[in-house]
Amino acid sequence: MRIGFGLGILLSLAALVAALVSFVWTPADPTAMAIAQRLQPPSAAHWAGTDHFGRDIASMLMVGARTSLAVALLAVGIGMAVGVPLGLLAAARRGGLIDEAVMRMNDLIFAFPSLVIAILITAVFGPSAVNAILAIGIFNIPVFARVTRGGALSLWTLDYIRAARVAGKGMARISLEHILPNIANLLIVQGTIQFSLGILAEAGLSYVGLGAQPPTPSWGRMLAEAQTMVTLAPHVAIFPGLAIVATVLGLNLMGDGLRDALDPRLRRAR
Amino acid sequence: MTLLRLRDLDVAIGGTPILAGVGFDLAEGAVMGLVGESGSGKSMTALALMGLLPEGATVTGRADFAGRDLLALSETALCGLRGREIGMIFQEPMTALNPLQTIGDQVAETLIVHGAARRAEARGVAAERLARVGLPQDRFPLSLYPHELSGGQRQRVCIAMAVALRPKLLIADEPTTALDVTTQAQILDLLTGLVAEERMAMLLITHDLAVVSGTADHVAVMQAGRIVEAGATEAVFRTRAHDYTRRLFAASAHRPDRRPPPPGGEAPPLLEVRGAVREYRLPRPGPFAPHPALRAVDGVSFALGPGESLGLVGESGCGKSTLTRAILGLDALQGGEIRLAGVPVGPGMDPALRARVQVVFQDPYGSFDPRWRVERLVAEPFHLTGRPDDWRDRVGAALREVGLAPGDGAKFIHEFSGGQRQRIAIARALIIRPDLIVLDEAVSALDVRVRAQILDLLAALQDSHGLAYLFISHDLSVVRAVTDRVLVMQAGRIVEDGAAEAVLTAPRHAYTQQLVAATPKIPEDWM
Amino acid sequence: MGPSSLAAEIPGSDMIAYLARRLVSLALSLAAASVAIFAVIEVIPGDPAAFMLGLNASPETVAALRAELGLEGGPVDRYLAWAGGMLTGDFGVSYTYRTPVADLVADRLAVSGPLALLALALAAGLALPVGLLAAARRGRAADVAVMGATQIGISVPNFWFAMLLVLVFAVNWQVLPAGGFPGWQAGAGPALAALILPAVALALPQAAILARVLRSALIETLGQDYIRTARAKGLSRGQALRRHAFRNALIPVLTILGMQFSFLLAGAIIIENVFYLPGLGRLVFQAITQRDLVVVESVVMLLVAAVILVTFLVDLAYAAVDPRLRHRA
Repeated sequence: MRIGFGLGILLSLAALVAALVSFVWTPADPTAMAIAQRLQPPSAAHWAGTDHFGRDIASMLMVGARTSLAVALLAVGIGMAVGVPLGLLAAARRGGLIDEAVMRMNDLIFAFPSLVIAILITAVFGPSAVNAILAIGIFNIPVFARVTRGGALSLWTLDYIRAARVAGKGMARISLEHILPNIANLLIVQGTIQFSLGILAEAGLSYVGLGAQPPTPSWGRMLAEAQTMVTLAPHVAIFPGLAIVATVLGLNLMGDGLRDALDPRLRRAR
Repeated sequence: MTLLRLRDLDVAIGGTPILAGVGFDLAEGAVMGLVGESGSGKSMTALALMGLLPEGATVTGRADFAGRDLLALSETALCGLRGREIGMIFQEPMTALNPLQTIGDQVAETLIVHGAARRAEARGVAAERLARVGLPQDRFPLSLYPHELSGGQRQRVCIAMAVALRPKLLIADEPTTALDVTTQAQILDLLTGLVAEERMAMLLITHDLAVVSGTADHVAVMQAGRIVEAGATEAVFRTRAHDYTRRLFAASAHRPDRRPPPPGGEAPPLLEVRGAVREYRLPRPGPFAPHPALRAVDGVSFALGPGESLGLVGESGCGKSTLTRAILGLDALQGGEIRLAGVPVGPGMDPALRARVQVVFQDPYGSFDPRWRVERLVAEPFHLTGRPDDWRDRVGAALREVGLAPGDGAKFIHEFSGGQRQRIAIARALIIRPDLIVLDEAVSALDVRVRAQILDLLAALQDSHGLAYLFISHDLSVVRAVTDRVLVMQAGRIVEDGAAEAVLTAPRHAYTQQLVAATPKIPEDWM
Repeated sequence: MGPSSLAAEIPGSDMIAYLARRLVSLALSLAAASVAIFAVIEVIPGDPAAFMLGLNASPETVAALRAELGLEGGPVDRYLAWAGGMLTGDFGVSYTYRTPVADLVADRLAVSGPLALLALALAAGLALPVGLLAAARRGRAADVAVMGATQIGISVPNFWFAMLLVLVFAVNWQVLPAGGFPGWQAGAGPALAALILPAVALALPQAAILARVLRSALIETLGQDYIRTARAKGLSRGQALRRHAFRNALIPVLTILGMQFSFLLAGAIIIENVFYLPGLGRLVFQAITQRDLVVVESVVMLLVAAVILVTFLVDLAYAAVDPRLRHRA
């Protein structure tokens, strides 16, 4: 699986570099329309061809990477920032009322897929990229809360936690000093998974118009616009899709590699 | 008649040699013990015979069993042999059964899979075999699931499964190690009875010399993948020709040199437990029924003087762990009180008071945060007293006291063996100079030789620091070796309290008598 | 010494208690979800009638609409009226269509429901044999191939995959319709033909996830002590896998299957756009652009209720598979 890990890092880095480079350079102006140049197949001038307005698809993909990565990253941030403390708290008070309340709230949020949250938010506040971040981020909260609680619960039964309690340490201090560092691996792996799911979700949301709005370029909206064109010029739909697949695949491979590398069962043998 | 002739068994896993030149003979209907410390290769020998070694293992040698070489058989042939001619039971009965299948189906499966019976008939045989191992149908119907049974009962199911087809050989891999001593005695009785009745041979794998002495006609002693000594049990145990056997015996009977117990009576008690009660709420039996309560600790009272060694003995579930948590001030009591140096103990107790009692736990692997360096681990109790400026020197001194190098503080815990880890745990308990150390099964997970060393260390530290120990254990012989006085706990109550020697040689309470009788012993005149 | 539980003496009593607890929590979840949805849709915007009509509406028009839609009174009264109505099948009236929402939703559900179920069946039907095969052949060519294919499968956005399917099967080969829905009155054949590509597009990525979960659950289970016990009884590797590992591995798989239903519902809503299917997705997106809050509210409630109901069913399935659960409080 070493090859997979390497490929994963490579693909993820490629998406990141494309997004960063797009701030200073793109092959062409991604917003410049040239109707005469519309729906051109890939060529030396336009590496990924042009869309129905004659815009350079390669440039749009680079700028679109920014949207995808930023939305997914912020959504993971929201999920971790809220979910991890909730999970730690629930585990520290396991079996108690707070634990029960956190878990019930988790179950409730789980019943709202991010698309449904996005529908709710958009119906009231109108569409925007912020909706996508919020919708995906809210859905991430119970995911991280559950992973954190599960990992923390198995640690709370260990003797070194009891030793820390005998040393007079409280729930909060033990959670920060002992629990959090020891579940960091779990969180990193889950973070990678949620990051890749976030990119898929963002693409879906902007595809149906609940995410990034024009003129912000986004992979999902490029696909929506390509839909009517797909029989005339398949490349308009193929390249944005490949960009999504490559990024998500890269993150998934990286997540798997990280899990293997950080697996405590493998570490012990070292 | 020789049933099994094992010669030159070599096993390597991933290139690392595990067994080298292992060989022995096992006669029909005979019981042979295979003893050794953990990692000596006992279980690997058994798995090699069964053809169940982990993937990546290479095996050479010869194992003639009823005219066939087990090591040369195809997987298909082995499948036909396992369960039919060789049965096997394992150490951990809690996980050895499929949780989703009834015990009846699991026992009947042995018959069905070998085509020995159809389903209905197989269930009839299963019922009969379960009754034979002590699980009669009127109280243990075939429809029970494993989680409805205790550990000892589950081990009985495993035995019924292994002997359902009356195999010629039963391999028992540490069959009683996970069980309480009274259950262990029952299971060993059952096994020896079955073996005699069915004329089965048994290969009994254990780390416990006393278990072998009472059960096996022959014994082979293993060390580091080799058999160092073998023969008739009594002869081997009496002569102890090999140096390793001698050391094992010395360690298992080891009693550290201890100073005489401090004169009692004068000083006020250091720890005083009065009428302690702790209950747990159990799940409701029905949706509207009230929660029943389990009294884990039921009116326990005792006192422990400064510098005294007090043993607390009992089987699993007797309430000793719950009591320990209360004494450490981790859980509150529902009744009675615990005083340390005259001050009440509880979850909200003052750090200065908490600093007077520390603890060493059983599991050398779970006792330390794997991400912390040893010096930080050992220094953790300074949280109670404030960390002095010279804390590193003090950690170094504590490490030296327990027989480690001060430089070990910079290492991580995975760099240490089980025995070294228990030393580090003792250093952590000592660092803030408590008056009392609770030793919660502190040597139970260790091999006998390491255990003897740790007991010596504990005795020496008690002597030099005037420590009091509360020594909690299920193992009577260990408690007897290191304590002055012993409490016997059963079902949440202290049933006997007295001088260690007296309680364990002439027990008065019926439960203590039962415990003492159940404890396996090497015959006195062999020693 | 006796069985540690007396439950065996009263057959079925644990199961009834378990069912009762689950039903109570089902009702509570539905109530909590409805409160949350109501709060977002009807409380945050202030006056929903004014919101739907926009800024230029006169107070009289707003009042008229409020009366027409039954939106009068304080939030608590309105919530009780809304929730009470739903219990009797009354979801309110659509502002744009001027018809009962229940009828609208029922029409659209006849497309989305079968689509999601078809996809779920397809995903499970594909994933089970593939996951079993990969676990049984762990580390060998078949396993490597399955792991590679599923790795790509979980990385593909289903709506993009749907576009590729249209390109190949509808445009190039012209064997299946590219989109649209003839309606069930046109007969089961044409209606199902219209659902095949969308269902495949939805199912394949989910099947990839499920196959991976099943494989790792099986491999984890194969390392358990009771598998070693089974092997010591004389079961072959394959027999141990089928007779002992599979049922135990089903427990984590069920969890994922339950969660997948919510992804399938969401996915179905997106996929409907690719195939111009008149399902709930189209209804809700139109309702959003037309600010028809009553329709949005009902559809969202319906989707969330479906997810909660599936979670409930998964819980029941756990209890059917795992006897230990029936005893736990």
